[in-house]
Amino acid sequence: MSGKTISEKILSAKSRRDARAGDIVVCDVDLVLGTDASSPMAIDYFDRMAGTALFNAARVLFAMDHYAPPATPAVAAFHDRIRGFARAHGAEVREVGDGISFQLAAELGRAVPGSLVIGADSHTVTLGALGLFATGVGSSDLAAAMITGQVWLRVPETIHVRLDGERPSSVAAKDVALELVRIIGPEGANYQTLELDGSAMSSFSLEDRLVISNLGVEMGAKAAIFGVDAATEGYLSGRLAPSDHARNVVVASDGDARYARELVVDVSAISPRISLPHSPDNVVSIEEAVGTPVQMVFIGTCTGGRTSDFHDVLDVLERSGGRIATGVQLVLTPASREVERRLLDDGTLDALAAMGGIVTTPGCGACCGTSGVIPGDGMNVISTANRNFKARMGNATASIYLASPTACAAAAVTGRITDPRTLPGTVT
Amino acid sequence: MKIELQGRARLVGDNINADYIITSSRKRESIDAAVLKQYLLEVVDPAFAASVREGDLLVAGRNFGCGSAMEVAATVILAAGIRAVLAQSFSRPFYRNAINNGLLPIECDTSRIQEGDAIAARLVGDRVEVRSLTRGDTVFGTALPPIGLAILECGGLVEAVRRFGSIRRLDAASHGA
Repeated sequence: MSGKTISEKILSAKSRRDARAGDIVVCDVDLVLGTDASSPMAIDYFDRMAGTALFNAARVLFAMDHYAPPATPAVAAFHDRIRGFARAHGAEVREVGDGISFQLAAELGRAVPGSLVIGADSHTVTLGALGLFATGVGSSDLAAAMITGQVWLRVPETIHVRLDGERPSSVAAKDVALELVRIIGPEGANYQTLELDGSAMSSFSLEDRLVISNLGVEMGAKAAIFGVDAATEGYLSGRLAPSDHARNVVVASDGDARYARELVVDVSAISPRISLPHSPDNVVSIEEAVGTPVQMVFIGTCTGGRTSDFHDVLDVLERSGGRIATGVQLVLTPASREVERRLLDDGTLDALAAMGGIVTTPGCGACCGTSGVIPGDGMNVISTANRNFKARMGNATASIYLASPTACAAAAVTGRITDPRTLPGTVT
Repeated sequence: MKIELQGRARLVGDNINADYIITSSRKRESIDAAVLKQYLLEVVDPAFAASVREGDLLVAGRNFGCGSAMEVAATVILAAGIRAVLAQSFSRPFYRNAINNGLLPIECDTSRIQEGDAIAARLVGDRVEVRSLTRGDTVFGTALPPIGLAILECGGLVEAVRRFGSIRRLDAASHGA
């Protein structure tokens, strides 16, 4: 037999059999993540499944992220339902303002390399950046896992993505992620895992890797996994419980693992990218969109709402005179309270607010129209998010462009889509 | 297991994402599919929901249900009276959500089906035979996984978990163990 991919190794361990691509296996789940968007339905399924207890309350985590803060009485009632359920069953709830479910799982040391995480949020794949198998499911699979601790999975084939070449300083992780979406397409990785490594991997910080894994689902990927290296260990140090360190396995594929496809991406050849409305795979070089007026700039979400993203934004604004263009709303939503705390401590949010930025509650924010600022009719929005489907932000007449934090900040300065390399003081 | 459906084809295109099936922002008022069904596919065609008849079959292109994993995308289709979705391919979360709620996902060549065609679908072994009564041709869907068939046989994951108590026992039963 040939060697195994990371997915085959993790799913073999979790199903206690020799799992190979194409097999259907039943796995033990290490962590079950529910959001306020998916958990009310999951609780309905739990009740209808005659669930009486969680398989292991310590392995279930709920987060109030999509409706943060709740904008309607109906949504506030969803929150109360989740709180009541969690209290009755002993599970942990992270509150409104604490942040996005899987971001919290990472910060709290609940996402352990080599483990299997399911979350009722398609962007749960983000956690693959930490060397684990994380995938999104619906509310019914979540409920079944809450009761049984199990999930069935078809062991995915793997696309091996090698990031090679010298990374230019002007290339954001988002640019690499968008380039992968362009190359692979909206369903090019359907039913498959992306496994990412290569000589350039060490130039991508853990936060960068979270961005790339996050966009995996926009290619249809079931998981998007990086191996574990010093950056992973550095991030997890002080976060993982000692017992979880003991569980920490070597996450790497075998040299003779069988891949469905090998993709080598030369990151030195990548330049700033942008997704045009209304699909994330509608990716072009930013030069092709330069000059398009924007009325809203959104910095946030599970793609672009982390500490380094806000640092990039402030850097661009300060280098450009510290002024937001007239007629532009700059909306800033940290992905979590930890991110918000750090940005408050180091003065970043203070500086951005002083320039006129609108700082909102940590969580998913304006990304999917469930909370936060909704764009007006006909507005153009440039965003650090991952989806730009029509009506995604709650207004079907708005047009959403997706780009890096740096490119979004450049648009905030000029009021138009702008190549960030043309701003003063840019080193390319 | 016996599945036999007959209905009118209602066509949509490629890459119909879960937000197009039902917009996330509609979920601020309700997650009740009986309420949300009036907004089914509103972004694609505001008149679509009102034109759906009980028993219609949704016929799509590639990558149906991509994007969000939200389960209302499957339950709202069922609430509208549609029992099956035919598509060239499905996103993985939608495919699971459909099966888990007893909505039949049929992965097959839909390129020759036209709006309004009368379509008959029936399960033959682990594949669905799709006949166009209007055009007289027949295609077969790709095989459903045994565990997917077992869940459909229960009418959905709710009954499957009630009956078997664990996913492992459900999987074993699906292999006839």
